[in-house]
Amino acid sequence: MSAPTTERRHIVVPPGQPALRVETLSVWYGTRQAIREISMVIPERSITAIIGPSGCGKSTLLRAFNRMHDTTPGARVEGKVWRNGIDLYAPDTDPVWVRRQIGMIFQRPNPFPKSIFENVAFGLRVNGYRGDVAARVEQALRAAALWDEVKDKLDASALALSGGQQQRLCIARALAIEPQILLMDEPCSALDPVATMRIEDLMRELAKSYTIVIVTHNMQQASRVSDYTAFMLAGEDRIGELIEYAPTREMFIRPRDRRTEDYITGRIG
Amino acid sequence: MERAPGIPQPVEALPAVSLAERRERIQRVLRGDLAEDRRRRLRERLITGWLFLAAAISVLTTAGIIYTLSIETIHFFQRVSLVEFFTDTQWTPLFAEKHFGIAPLAVATLLVSSIAMLVALPLGLLAAIGLAEYLPPRLARLIKPILEILAGVPTVVYGYFALLFVTPLLQRFIPNLQVFNVLSAGLVMGIMILPLVASLSQDAMLAVPQSLREAAYALGATKLEVVWRVVVPASLSGIVASFILAVSRAVGETMIVVIAMGNTPRLSFNPLEQMQAMTAYIVQVSLGDTPHGTLEYQTIFAVGTTLFLITMGLNLLSFRFLRRFREIYQ
Repeated sequence: MSAPTTERRHIVVPPGQPALRVETLSVWYGTRQAIREISMVIPERSITAIIGPSGCGKSTLLRAFNRMHDTTPGARVEGKVWRNGIDLYAPDTDPVWVRRQIGMIFQRPNPFPKSIFENVAFGLRVNGYRGDVAARVEQALRAAALWDEVKDKLDASALALSGGQQQRLCIARALAIEPQILLMDEPCSALDPVATMRIEDLMRELAKSYTIVIVTHNMQQASRVSDYTAFMLAGEDRIGELIEYAPTREMFIRPRDRRTEDYITGRIG
Repeated sequence: MERAPGIPQPVEALPAVSLAERRERIQRVLRGDLAEDRRRRLRERLITGWLFLAAAISVLTTAGIIYTLSIETIHFFQRVSLVEFFTDTQWTPLFAEKHFGIAPLAVATLLVSSIAMLVALPLGLLAAIGLAEYLPPRLARLIKPILEILAGVPTVVYGYFALLFVTPLLQRFIPNLQVFNVLSAGLVMGIMILPLVASLSQDAMLAVPQSLREAAYALGATKLEVVWRVVVPASLSGIVASFILAVSRAVGETMIVVIAMGNTPRLSFNPLEQMQAMTAYIVQVSLGDTPHGTLEYQTIFAVGTTLFLITMGLNLLSFRFLRRFREIYQ
């Protein structure tokens, strides 16, 4: 039994309409707790970065936002995630409905071994979209800044694209079903600097109409692209906690918590 | 001067050694190395030799089989024309009036294999999906060996199971089912090759990266959609390869057809009747008293060659599919 934390945390509540309101969220893998009682508000139409050293539970937190843990045997989530007055973890909330609104981009590009077109159309097909599939595919590819590169080879295999193109294809695939929130789990960790820059530009562009939450190892990336930054850290019990949450500029210029400062300045992690 | 602990002492000056002595030392070391090197090379050659021998035995056996088959098959076709072999509708080499049409045997084999595949394909695929996608991994690991026991049952047991259990059972519903018939043999053969299909297909599905399943879930796919739209298509060449291997296993299966299907070569497409499969004919002649070198004796090599070509073709086809499958995820 660990004693309840009484220390003061510097966790801001961003103004404006919240996209997600997270309430005392904890996740277990089997008997091992991975993150403990995280509460935070993700603001709408902005980019929120989650940073922290390896094993601090960043990805675990992110995957809790669209109920991806449901697909992992043994994983258990406690707490609430509110969106527009609906608790995503309520018993009558359909996880498929949740994921339809909250898309996800993964660490490594993971296109299906199908054509470029079919990759983007996949979400439309499984969601029974009745409109003009080709138009939506084009729209999504344009939004992901990939259309000009692939418009002449939509029937080619997605696996023939470069890593950066594959990742933008995965973004297009997620955008095709018009989610409201995009979760990105270290989307650039497998990409070279040029491809990374293109993805970051794309993220800034997408943030005008989507809410983006990005997990990143790369503090420069967090400071470049995000509006808000959350710093997570696992204590001696290896359970991740939210240490500090603030507007990005503030956090990087004047961190309030000693541990945040140590991490940002490279003393730990 | 004080030294901090942990800092190594300066190396002592080397004792003075004459140039001649140094040269001698170096040569001594080199000689020892050379001897060791020679011993190692000899050992390696010995091991390579053994491995080569082991490989050579299996290659030579295959070559021997092909040689024997071809010699006798050539002798057979010097006396019976290829046209007759492929177009005659009767197979009566053991009767007074001889006909050498492979069709009755080939049709029987294809019919029983088709029935077997009708059983093994859907059940095997569903079993594979259940094992790979639905059952908790721990339970799947428990069930798979049980399923594979089915593959370890001696085929003679399957044969009697078909003859003494399945046929009487089916006769209650199909009164005009003969005692020896293609249907029972096919159904039981299907059960026999089911574990092959299930096991290989499951392996193919487990090879589909978890990241693809996650991608589909994140796009709002249900479990069923993930399985049918992502996992099955992505492992399709592996699944097809397992089907082809299963067909080739069915075509070459012997005991079940000998025991439960009958020994009368008749050209028919009715699975309720008895027929003789290619393998069953070979058994019949091998066990009989047909003298070596006679035309009757040579018929089994002609049939054997046909069988060999069919299964080899199927195996090659399945390897092509498997290779394509590996290329996708390397």
